[in-house]
This record gives sequence, structure tokens and C-alpha cells, in this order.
Amino acid sequence: MVVQLNGKKVELAAEIGTLRELLISYQLQEKIVVVEQNGDIIDRSQYETTPVADGDRIEIVHFVGGG
Amino acid sequence: MDTLKIGPYEFRSRLLLGTGKFADLDTQGKAVEVSEAEILTFAIRRLNLENPQEPNFLEQLDLKKFTLLPNTAGAYTAEEAVRIARLAKASGLCDMIKVEVIGDPKTLLPDPIGTLEASKILVEEGFIVLTYTNDDPILARRLQEVGVHAVMPGASPIGSGQGIVNENNLRFIIEEAKVPIIVDAGIGAPADCAKAMELGADGVLLNTAVALADNPVLMAEAMKLGVEAGRKGFLAGRIAKKRYASASSPTEGMIE
Repeated sequence: MVVQLNGKKVELAAEIGTLRELLISYQLQEKIVVVEQNGDIIDRSQYETTPVADGDRIEIVHFVGGG
Repeated sequence: MDTLKIGPYEFRSRLLLGTGKFADLDTQGKAVEVSEAEILTFAIRRLNLENPQEPNFLEQLDLKKFTLLPNTAGAYTAEEAVRIARLAKASGLCDMIKVEVIGDPKTLLPDPIGTLEASKILVEEGFIVLTYTNDDPILARRLQEVGVHAVMPGASPIGSGQGIVNENNLRFIIEEAKVPIIVDAGIGAPADCAKAMELGADGVLLNTAVALADNPVLMAEAMKLGVEAGRKGFLAGRIAKKRYASASSPTEGMIE
């Protein structure tokens, strides 16, 4: 399946079916990140049960230095 | 005790520090420590998925010691600012937001209309809203009418180091303020902090002036002292300016 991840088309490995699995694939499951899927912010508690579908627009954002 | 109250929060420090542009995380950590700032600003950005384990300043912080103030930097419309604010809040780390809607890439001056719109929506959504704005007294009033928790007028353009360019407007804003006024952006030197506080500002938010100083850690301390000196000077009540001299030594009992 192909998703638009942080603005780039990415082919996901076959075993990735949920947002939690997507985060694990980048070792981000313990990091402070926020996930937006097709314009909706997904609550952290829902990562495990939220499926990732072909064509999804997914944003993974975090806090960076800024003024 | 003289504290800064913003919405439900109370702080001892009146210096708010930005976390951008520092050369390295070690220097930044030390600068934050000596500044004694309790509120730190951050930006919200896409994570670099080419290097997801890149060290990040937030991860090094003891989050119990600091209140995070994410900003909506990068937003050019109210909608973009609201989206960034919601993402920041969804982190579960904070409910304060620095509303920043820019109107022009060269001056980075705020778009007053987008700024007001975004502030109103975010107040209604329950955020603790600190709005970065022009040094416009009428806009400051309108922002307070929609319920922002602090108004943060720029001293001069972001990162310019020009200090306070319109002292008069800043006075007008401070004189009729019902919420804290935090001078944000354009600070160059400790004297600018002291000046803002002497005018009666409730706090100062700065970033570049420390991050890009030759010695950021020493400058962080200097800014802290500037804010403290200005605040004490304001509370102490300065003398009025006079055109002519007034002798400090007695004029009686001269030796003849």
C-alpha cells in the first residue's frame, strides 16, 4: 500500500496495518509525536486500532526549536 | 510574591525563552538553565523520517520544570494556525498556544485579521491563548475582547534585534491592559528587556538575541538580569524627568 507520509509517497511494508505499526516501523512509538490522518488528529490511545489505508495522507509531527 | 499570572498558571520568571537557532543542544540546555525561564516556546514541524532518531531538545528537558508554549509559526492564515495549535495540544503536553499568523515573509509582521480570527477560535476551543501581535493598541484591545490570556506585541521585527521601536504604542497597550502584556520579538540586548519592563510590561519573550549571541549562556543570564532590573525599577517607581538640575547635596551649611 502507498500512503502520502509527511508530504512524500511511501510504500509501506505489508505487515503495517495500523498507525501504531507505522510508528513502530520508524521506532517512534515512545516518542512525543502527533499523528494526523486525512486531516483528522488521531488520539494516541487510538493508534493501535486505527487502520492505515492505501492513499491515506498521514502527517507525523513533533516539537522542534522555535521562537 | 511578584508573579506572572497567565490564565490558570503562575510563574516566578518573567522571561520567556524561545528554543530556535541555537548552535547545539548542550549550549541551549545551559542557556535555558541560567535564564531561569519557566516558559519555553517551540514550533511544530513534520518529523524528519529520513532520520527519525535525531536528537531533539524537548526530549532532554525535565518537563515537570517547564511549561511549553508551542507556536503557530509558519501559519499565514487563521486556519493554518488553528490546525497547528490543535496538533500541539494533541501532544498532551500543554494547552497554551502562542498564536502567530504572519502576513509578510520579509518583515514577518503579523497579519492582524488572521491573528484575531485564530485567537478567537482557539479561545473558544479552550486553549490558553498568548497572541503575538503588532504593537497596535486597538488590536490589543480587540484581542482582549475575544478573551486571549496574554497579548504579546512585537518590539520590532522578529529576529531584528532593533529593540523597542514604538515606545509610545507599547505604553498605550500597557496602560489599558486587562491581561498580561509580554513584549515578544525584536529584542536585541538586555537594555531592551529592562526598558520593556520599566514601561510596565509583564514579561519579555525572546530567542534570537540569546541564541545567536557570541556567548549565548552569558547572554541568557544578562537577559534574565535585564528583565529583573526593569521589573524592580517599574515597581519602585522612577522619578519624573526634569529639564534642569536638582542638587543631590545640601545647599545649606556651605563652608565659607
